[in-house]
Amino acid sequence: MRIIIAYLIGIVFGVGISLSGMANPAKVINFFDVAGTWDPSLIFVMGGAVIVTFLGYRFVLKRPMPILDRRFLLPGSTAIDGKLLAGSAVFGIGWGIAGFCPGGALPALGTGRIEVILFTAALVAGIFTARALMHFRRPTVPTQA
Amino acid sequence: METEFTPIASTVGGVLIGTASVLLMLTLGRIMGATGILAGFFSPASRDDFYWRAAILAGMITGPLVYLGLMGEMPAVEVPISLPLLLIGGFIVGIGVTFGSGCTSGHGVCGMARLSPRSIAATATFMVFTAATVFVIRHVIGG
Repeated sequence: MRIIIAYLIGIVFGVGISLSGMANPAKVINFFDVAGTWDPSLIFVMGGAVIVTFLGYRFVLKRPMPILDRRFLLPGSTAIDGKLLAGSAVFGIGWGIAGFCPGGALPALGTGRIEVILFTAALVAGIFTARALMHFRRPTVPTQA
Repeated sequence: METEFTPIASTVGGVLIGTASVLLMLTLGRIMGATGILAGFFSPASRDDFYWRAAILAGMITGPLVYLGLMGEMPAVEVPISLPLLLIGGFIVGIGVTFGSGCTSGHGVCGMARLSPRSIAATATFMVFTAATVFVIRHVIGG
């Protein structure tokens, strides 16, 4: 049951991304190119998605638990730290270069386009590299300069 | 490269993205964040955790095919940059979303909708850096 529901939700998300233009790097980059070939469409994507989610969450999160699980898994961290901001800045640079964000690229894999497959492979490589860096940088013994 | 302004399709798309986010919270109690779902797919907490992540990813990939059935064509994917830059961009996105704990869907939609200060700070940061990067590439380097 959980698997069928997850699959259907994935389809709703994937159709939404397809309709929205988020799967199209040219459109995403044009959204940010206010000084050039500006296409404001993505304001409508963000607006529609945030408003629906804001309203829906208000009802859903009043429930004691989700329908098919024992508890809501919400991010516990509230810290606005250097890691969050630096990571987000790096993500922004990559998004500006490639025009794909993860939520845009994953559904776009369904088009079978080689560019999307290559982007996603690079994305996954980046995720694993970052994980390795995090382990590497985990403080152990202070090193002497 | 010009793209057509599509306020209606983009609004409907956004509403569907929001609907998927609400339904995932309602049923499985999870945040609809592409980064988190993908990262967890490669290191699931349990067998069941792997199955729902695999299912939702399969559903996402099915999305364009459903779109094809409805609209008679695949959604447009126009890549206005070279292949090496696309790969570099993808790698950088992977690094950034891992350190930043989320992307446009997790922070930008779900976190913003929860009015999470952390997600609002993350979203503001990546939007500014994305716009600055596009400006530099299009108008400073490429201009």
